Amino acid sequence: MIAVYLVLLIPFVGIIFFALAGHKADTGKLNVRFNAICLLATIWLAINVLNQGTILSSSKAFLIDPFNVYLIVLTAFVGLTTSIFSSPYMAHEKELGKLTDKRLKLYYSMYQGFMLAMYLVLTTNNMGVMWVAMEGATLATVMLVSLYRTPESIEAAWKYFILCGVGIAQALFGTILLYYAAVQIGDGENALLWSVLYENAEQLNPEVLEIAFVFMLIGYGTKIGLVPLHNWLPDAHSEGPTPMSAVLSGLLLNDALYAVVRNKMLVDGASHSNMAGYLMMGFGLMSFLVAAFFLHRQKDIKRLFSYSSIEHMGIMTFAFGIGGPLATFAALLHMTVHSLTKSAIFVTVGHAAQVAGTQSMDKIRGLIKTQPRIGWGLLIGTIAIAGFPPFGVFTSEFLVLLATMHSYPWLTPLLLLGIGIAFAGLFRHIQPMVYGDKPEGQLPVKANLWPVMIHLGLVLWLGLAIPGFLANWFSQATLLISGSTPL
Amino acid sequence: MNIEQQDFYTQAILSLAALVGLTSFLMLGQGRLLRLIFVFALQGLLLTLTTALAAYSLNNHHLYISAVLTLVLKVIFIPWMLRREVIQMNTHRDIEALHNKTVVMLGGASLMVFSYYVLHPVVQTTSPVMLNALAVSLSVVLLGMLLMISHRQAVAHVVGFMSIENGLFFAAIVATKGMPMVVELGVAFDVLVAAVLFGIFFFHIRTSIDSLDVDLLNRLHEVDK
Repeated sequence: MIAVYLVLLIPFVGIIFFALAGHKADTGKLNVRFNAICLLATIWLAINVLNQGTILSSSKAFLIDPFNVYLIVLTAFVGLTTSIFSSPYMAHEKELGKLTDKRLKLYYSMYQGFMLAMYLVLTTNNMGVMWVAMEGATLATVMLVSLYRTPESIEAAWKYFILCGVGIAQALFGTILLYYAAVQIGDGENALLWSVLYENAEQLNPEVLEIAFVFMLIGYGTKIGLVPLHNWLPDAHSEGPTPMSAVLSGLLLNDALYAVVRNKMLVDGASHSNMAGYLMMGFGLMSFLVAAFFLHRQKDIKRLFSYSSIEHMGIMTFAFGIGGPLATFAALLHMTVHSLTKSAIFVTVGHAAQVAGTQSMDKIRGLIKTQPRIGWGLLIGTIAIAGFPPFGVFTSEFLVLLATMHSYPWLTPLLLLGIGIAFAGLFRHIQPMVYGDKPEGQLPVKANLWPVMIHLGLVLWLGLAIPGFLANWFSQATLLISGSTPL
Repeated sequence: MNIEQQDFYTQAILSLAALVGLTSFLMLGQGRLLRLIFVFALQGLLLTLTTALAAYSLNNHHLYISAVLTLVLKVIFIPWMLRREVIQMNTHRDIEALHNKTVVMLGGASLMVFSYYVLHPVVQTTSPVMLNALAVSLSVVLLGMLLMISHRQAVAHVVGFMSIENGLFFAAIVATKGMPMVVELGVAFDVLVAAVLFGIFFFHIRTSIDSLDVDLLNRLHEVDK
């Protein structure tokens, strides 16, 4: 149990430390260390859960079960590798004169703030605190989106703030309705605890819960980036600093989906209509298709990949909506491989933009000739995210397809169509950027590409053979969410 | 439901709900920023009264804390901050020409009816009083959104945003006698941080576009033109 407190305490200390210490030459490296210690703490926590099963803290404030523990480790891992990337990247941005020490102080402090909010969303047992932490994540990142203080970045941050703020307010209304249903069967202070709600889900009033779920889906769905609530996402990703895009895509979207799935489990327990599932399927499929088409029209490299994030979040939402063990397993796997791949891509994209001095895809050319590691990293990352075998994204998308064919065969053509369109949309932009001659005067930049290699290596590994303990873990989580296991 | 047969607390809550709903409509049609902020503060005050009343009649001490929080945040701090901003920007004499005022007001009225429709299934589980309170809160939330859509000033957007929070608070107090303390403190903290961030944003927006008219924030497009 101490591990949970450590996981929350380390980023909390980080916020205060970076805010007080100010920015010095080694702050980036210190940030890496904070995240590394946190990763160790989460691994310790994971081992505990593996040995003991679900852990409920004595005050009942924190609940760690197979579903959230793997997301916690994933969060810490992506947080660490992104911080490894961010250290030289932000130093380079400072050399270019885009950032000052004061803003870098804010950046590092809020990096830890964002991590704290993410851990709190995942570990808390209280649905209300989950909402507070989710809103906290918005508040921590909103100033980071506008870190460059350009008119575009301020516009993007304003949009992000207003849309996500109003969106997530809907989720609070949903939470209030949930609480309203819960107080009718239980005591007040504990009524919002997920462990209590889940045990008594069958007694909760199904009508109230269904209304609550609609609000939750819209609220947290704004953060997932579900179409048509996605407008903030490409803007925030393209205008903020790239490490922020990596953690937003890799972590925030996952955690918002996590919140929706937790609520879906309650609604499924209370009502026996599959209303929550159908809603998620509809929104998921729509996001997937719309984003796939939008990929073709992009000019900015970071916008391109943020639409790709919307597309993949759509697939996951759809898969959780189908709801059977196979689809749930696929969705969990997809959450993992998407986070790993997408944050790796954003790392290479960040460096590619620094090499070319622009984010405009028309002007980024000849990456392989300029700096082979960045060029190949981007190409392989794109192959992985587009769902090519032998990468993990292929496996999970294939499983989603299988589950769809099994449960809703008439939706399969739509999925295949979307995957094809998305593939074409990505490659028509990526191909000229990585191949071809380099423009005059384009020079390599100082880059640390270890995070990319490790991430893509893991995705490859997950595509070739999911290690036994991980498969076991996923199937435990699947058992928890869908009621039976696929294995 | 006959209102005269209800106890005093219920009657008071119902009247306060009606007043809160009314302030939302007043804000919706308001083109002057200073008056908008004043009505917003009024809504905050009504919310404080509701909370204090609930705390008194239910003898629930932690609701007093949230009443004080609401008073400090929604009646004093946020209106003060917004007012200062408006006066600094010298926009307090401007009257914002609202497009299609009639349509917006009618839209607001239909949103209220819609709220009743949405929450109708709840009525089977509770008293009609609860239905009214919940429906008014939901409509305050929706009217807040409509306010943000129909106004162009960043200050009005913040008022809309905060009035959505008001609606949520009202629901939490009336329907469920307040949320658990930890959640309520967390929400209040988020609102406070959001208010401070809005203040910082006003400064940034002003320095970048020299105005607080959000229609001028139009550089980012879904696809390239």
